[in-house]
Amino acid sequence: MLRLTINEHTQQVDVDPDTPLLWVLRDTLSLTGTKYGCGIAQCGACTVHIDGIATRSCSMPVSAVGARKITTIEGLAANGTLHKVQQAWIDNDVPQCGYCQSGMIMAVAALLKDNATPTDADIDSTITNICRCGTYQQVREAIHAAAAKA
Amino acid sequence: MTALTQVNRRSFLAGAAAIGGGLSLGFRIPFGLAGAQAADSVPEVNAWVVIRPDDTVVIRIARSEMGQGTLTGLAQLVAEELECDWSKITTEYPTPGQNVARNRVWGNFSTGGSRGIRESNQYVREGGAAAREMLIRAAAAGWGVPLAECSAANSVITHEPSGRTTTYGKVAAEAAKLEPPKDIELKDPKDWKIAGKPLKRLDTADKVNGKQVYGIDLRFPGMLTATIRDCPVPGGKVKSFDAAKVEGMRGVKKVVPVGDTAVAVVADNFWNARTALAALPIVWDEGPNVKVTSATIADMLKEGLDAEQAFVGNKAGDAKAALAGAAKVVEAVYSYPYQSHSPMEPMNTTALYTPEKCEVWCPTQSAEGILAAIAEVSGLPVAKCDVYKVLLGGGFGRRGAFTDFARQAVQIAIQMPGTPVKLLWTREEDMTHDYYHPITQCKLRGGLDAAGNLVGLQMRISGQSILAAVFPQNLKDGMDPAAFQGLNPGGPEAAFGYNIPNVLIDHAMRNPHIRPGFWRGVNTNHNAIYSECFIDELAHAAGKNPLEFRRKMLKPKHLAVLNAAAERAGYGKAPTGTYHGLAQFMGYGSYVAACAEVSVSTEGRLKIHRIVAATNPGHAVNPAQIERQVAGSFVYGLSAALYGEITVNGGAIEQTNFDTYNVMRIDEMPKVEVVIVPTGDFWGGVGEPTICVAAPAVLNAIFAATGKRIRSLPLKDQDLKRV
Repeated sequence: MLRLTINEHTQQVDVDPDTPLLWVLRDTLSLTGTKYGCGIAQCGACTVHIDGIATRSCSMPVSAVGARKITTIEGLAANGTLHKVQQAWIDNDVPQCGYCQSGMIMAVAALLKDNATPTDADIDSTITNICRCGTYQQVREAIHAAAAKA
Repeated sequence: MTALTQVNRRSFLAGAAAIGGGLSLGFRIPFGLAGAQAADSVPEVNAWVVIRPDDTVVIRIARSEMGQGTLTGLAQLVAEELECDWSKITTEYPTPGQNVARNRVWGNFSTGGSRGIRESNQYVREGGAAAREMLIRAAAAGWGVPLAECSAANSVITHEPSGRTTTYGKVAAEAAKLEPPKDIELKDPKDWKIAGKPLKRLDTADKVNGKQVYGIDLRFPGMLTATIRDCPVPGGKVKSFDAAKVEGMRGVKKVVPVGDTAVAVVADNFWNARTALAALPIVWDEGPNVKVTSATIADMLKEGLDAEQAFVGNKAGDAKAALAGAAKVVEAVYSYPYQSHSPMEPMNTTALYTPEKCEVWCPTQSAEGILAAIAEVSGLPVAKCDVYKVLLGGGFGRRGAFTDFARQAVQIAIQMPGTPVKLLWTREEDMTHDYYHPITQCKLRGGLDAAGNLVGLQMRISGQSILAAVFPQNLKDGMDPAAFQGLNPGGPEAAFGYNIPNVLIDHAMRNPHIRPGFWRGVNTNHNAIYSECFIDELAHAAGKNPLEFRRKMLKPKHLAVLNAAAERAGYGKAPTGTYHGLAQFMGYGSYVAACAEVSVSTEGRLKIHRIVAATNPGHAVNPAQIERQVAGSFVYGLSAALYGEITVNGGAIEQTNFDTYNVMRIDEMPKVEVVIVPTGDFWGGVGEPTICVAAPAVLNAIFAATGKRIRSLPLKDQDLKRV
């Protein structure tokens, strides 16, 4: 049994310790907001926060998480109030199919925590998530809008 | 009784039972129409509109939402005629089984070819208008006043002389009992208040908090998860597999053959299924195509460039004679590689089979196609099958005409009757078992007279036909008419834009064993590159400005969008160090053009700074979503142009994931500006038409920047250093 702290709850899970965190979240804990896109840390659809750091959960064995705190898209809003990145995504009408957006939002939330007002170059070097619908233009606008809210 | 039939279908919250601690968000599993469920049924006003007593308006959407915004656009069209309160709108999908049972009252479910809005706008608007008339009539009857004294706006009905009002929710039950009106007059689009406006999408909220349910997210009590390996070489089969080697592995429930080409492992969760499948020894009979490589395919197509036999798609005058008499002849050969769809959500379907019923939950662009497929595979009559649509994590054509993943899911579920089984492909399975953008080559010859006018054009396309593989019944005496998309002599769908006195465009069909499919933009992708880059070559050969050269030959609607793009972009006045390239085309009933602004560094590094797009889709139902579709189409099209190439070795696909099939990220996203110039006299598509002008506009801009003419893609393989 492994102990995990997810979205401020502690959970015991009985899984193969090599199982990627992604599949523990999705299949064992039913936290399906975190998505599978590639399984090799290329696309970022599976991005979660581990102690606040954006991490691609498809390539992290669950046993490697230890006592660190996991935050998923389901736990990003605080006390029923959307995170400013989520709000900016709604205000700027960002998602198309939406499948990659959980990971995109988690990556952006981590970026803004480290860098409150990122430049376009900062965005370019940090946000490497794949969106096949091609929402990048709205993603960029929404990042700047979220940053402007401080 | 299965586990599933014991739950109350409407109130069942998936996930609620799966975890304690309040961690997960429950969600409702889609089961078709609320109105079809006994518990909370409200009589529909008509097939398109249900109004609940609290004034909530439920609009039925037959087409599939996959990110393109059709759900919002179609709802706008219904709501416009319904005169309802937009803030009270929700939507739901009827199932194809319900459509069959009701004599196809919702029309076509198929969502491809950018047809969702353009082909159903008339009947969905009529549905909204009819419902409005019935609601007003019910109110007038209730008050005992003449119908003509009543009107409706914003879900409120007013009796004008007395000032009395009521709401749609209060009269909907009475309205539902009335006969539908016979004569329906639709509004003039210039009077639209909801349609035509840049409204936000209806389906965003759940996409930012993890609640949105995609096919991959479905969970049922007792559900198992399967993953599959199909023969890597199309045409091959499974010779044998050693199930005993993995049957004892963690979570494994069953190892099953799927047809004679594939094997699946069914387990308690995806990771265990995937781990066991990776360990499963499978011996393949790779079949007759094992020696095929990208090089043999290229040779096969090259032969077609000069072959005697070809299907003629566009012929005017005598191109051969015109070229023979031309002052100058330009010749070039272009090619376009296979592309993978790779939507972010890999293929999946959840199936529940019993000898009495076969049900699937499926992200699909073609629910009716899936219904027919599962009836065939299960051997059950259509009336005992149904398909519940789930939002697609991208479609792009992969989930359109193709039912392979749903057929597999049912084939597996049949071997586990009564147990819901979710089949989920790995990304590797998805990328190696796609229906790929077809591969083609093209030889072009153009003749200029002494004054630099284009007097003759020959265009020989050699390559794969999608219709021959997917819809052979749509071939015309062996010819694939779709191969000439955007090159047709005329017609409302995809006409060639230029008036050239002597033209011959033909297609030598060469069909390798790799299965082709409809990929966003379909044949316009390569046809636009071939014709628009070659026109650019001809302009330079004639010593003319590429814009002026095109202007002299373009038909009016094609010219109008090119002018719109060129004007907004400031064509010819590119900022220092940047260069412009143009392209125009027609597809899916819409006229599109683009002006790309690029720079190429001395090391040969390309940067696409900006693309201005112009589109005339006839009517613009939601300009904000059109802008997003245009920008998104450019990402898809330019990902292919920059990186996309699916190659073949040993008969199998070589690329397996995004590390070997790279796509554009945000750092390469140009600023996209969209000029929407609807002329109001036709209905054209939106999701696909613009995709095809991005690549040729960029390639023409690269030529302007470097003097290098790129005739084969992807650009990653090309040296862009200045000549």
